[in-house]
Amino acid sequence: MEPILTKNWGKPHSRSIQTYLAQGGYATLKKMFQMSPEQVTEEAKRSGLRGRGGAGFPAGVKWGFVPKNTGKPIYLCINADESEPGTFKDRAILENDPHMLIEGVIIASYALGVRTAYQYIRGEFYRPWEMVEQAIAEAYQHGFLGQNICGSNFSLDFYQHRGAGAYICGEETGLIESLEGKRGMPRIKPPFPAVSGAFGCPTVVNNVETIAALPWILEHGGEAYAKIGVGKSTGTKLWSVSGHVNRPGVYEVPLGIPFKLFLEEYCGGVWKGRKLKAVIVGGSSVPVLTADEAFAVTLDYESLQGAGTFLGSGGMIIIDDQTSMVAALENLAVFYHHESCGQCTPCREGSGWVEKILHRLYHGEGRHEDLALLQDLADKMQGRTICALADALAMPVRSYVTKFRTEFEAFIREGRSPYPAPEWQG
Amino acid sequence: MAFQFTPAQRDQIEQLCARYPTRRAALLPVLWIVQAQEGWVSAEAMEAVAQVLDITPAAVYEVVTFYTMYERRPCARHHLQVCRTLSCWLRGAKQLTKYLEGKLGVRVGGQTPDGRFQLSEVECLGSCGTAPMMQVNGRDYYENLTPEQVDKLLDALK
Repeated sequence: MEPILTKNWGKPHSRSIQTYLAQGGYATLKKMFQMSPEQVTEEAKRSGLRGRGGAGFPAGVKWGFVPKNTGKPIYLCINADESEPGTFKDRAILENDPHMLIEGVIIASYALGVRTAYQYIRGEFYRPWEMVEQAIAEAYQHGFLGQNICGSNFSLDFYQHRGAGAYICGEETGLIESLEGKRGMPRIKPPFPAVSGAFGCPTVVNNVETIAALPWILEHGGEAYAKIGVGKSTGTKLWSVSGHVNRPGVYEVPLGIPFKLFLEEYCGGVWKGRKLKAVIVGGSSVPVLTADEAFAVTLDYESLQGAGTFLGSGGMIIIDDQTSMVAALENLAVFYHHESCGQCTPCREGSGWVEKILHRLYHGEGRHEDLALLQDLADKMQGRTICALADALAMPVRSYVTKFRTEFEAFIREGRSPYPAPEWQG
Repeated sequence: MAFQFTPAQRDQIEQLCARYPTRRAALLPVLWIVQAQEGWVSAEAMEAVAQVLDITPAAVYEVVTFYTMYERRPCARHHLQVCRTLSCWLRGAKQLTKYLEGKLGVRVGGQTPDGRFQLSEVECLGSCGTAPMMQVNGRDYYENLTPEQVDKLLDALK
């Protein structure tokens, strides 16, 4: 497979503009300025490229929702708030090939008629923020950003906006609120950001990985991209793999490869010769798969949806057979309770109660009725809030308790876990 | 003495404001300027920020209290933030925290009496493939940590 997103990774000074230019970087802009913005959008649509932040909505179609000629500026926001537990693939793009992202920003901005684009980057990514700042400065120096880019009539400014520690700012309207200098509390939709987003203007929010694929798509054509992958899951995907594998890391593969092959060939299999117990395929918020379920899926949107989970962000967490699923869920409940913005009662209170119940269960004080209570709480959280953060806890709760019920029951009966706490290998 | 921006900082703030259609949008970056200088964001600094951006002090306060990375009290010289979320936990983050507690003689949330170290547990830092890890002073990631590396790091942080 020809790498699309990772082709420059590992090269000396891979993030410098000299390296990027030597690999033919920014060359697509010359071709693009001979096309109309509509033609560029059509090319994105033809590629079938779907949003890589988690929702999986076709990027070109999303661009089509932006109303033209409203008299208001149109904004592009790159979502680099990567905070979903298990997900670290955007950081790899920012650190290894920021110019590919910037070229993608120019392409998307041209297609949308954007004159000012922002990258919202999580505050904890200080080094990636510095690296992208450097790359932006280089792009301005070489005339790829600023006035009349490459001698065209198209001008674009691109700025980074650094967050300050809040998972919810990865949600597109929470991100917009934070960009506007407010608490990152999601907004009720509609109106959708495409119509009324940042500063009350039409706004497109796209993930880093989505935008970074655009230079290749424009260079080779949308159809070439659509030929990679399977069905409506076109192109390649970055999977960030963590947990109990021999080779954790970020891997680019065509969508549709079998999970089993991916685990063994790319990730080196489960560590210490242990068996697979469970897999979280798309970041911590998606329903967990048992080992048997995981070995039956291929890594694409449709297959994973068919298995009752989601591709999500592609943040894959591998869990071995020596791990307590009760303790794992308790760990996640702490995260989601902490990160709830507090705006909606089912999320604010529900996540707190889920955490409390799992905490007492984990400390040997669980009651048998707690399992029904957890299910009930999950039902009352899901789909009843402004954004999907409540769902992001409800889905794991329901899937862990259902699929590993005997483990939860044994935990309550015995008052302790049959599994030791994870050890620090050192 | 009341908090004041230097002339150079005021220039920097005006440049930031020019990036956005509203002055308020520059709030997060301006708070980063304050924290870089002071190490934390005091009530006085919040008032100065409100004044320079032409917004209410309450608007600044609600933002400072929402985001976990703005410090509301002076920090120790080195703030060690151990990621505690799932991927790091699977690779022993809890034991890393316990090890640091033992080495420093403080519990999570505490500071050493000499003001040198402060220990925190934080949520996912996006470094899941290199667990366990911690961030120091909100800037540098230390990944794939071993006890030996932790020992060396603590010695190096003066």
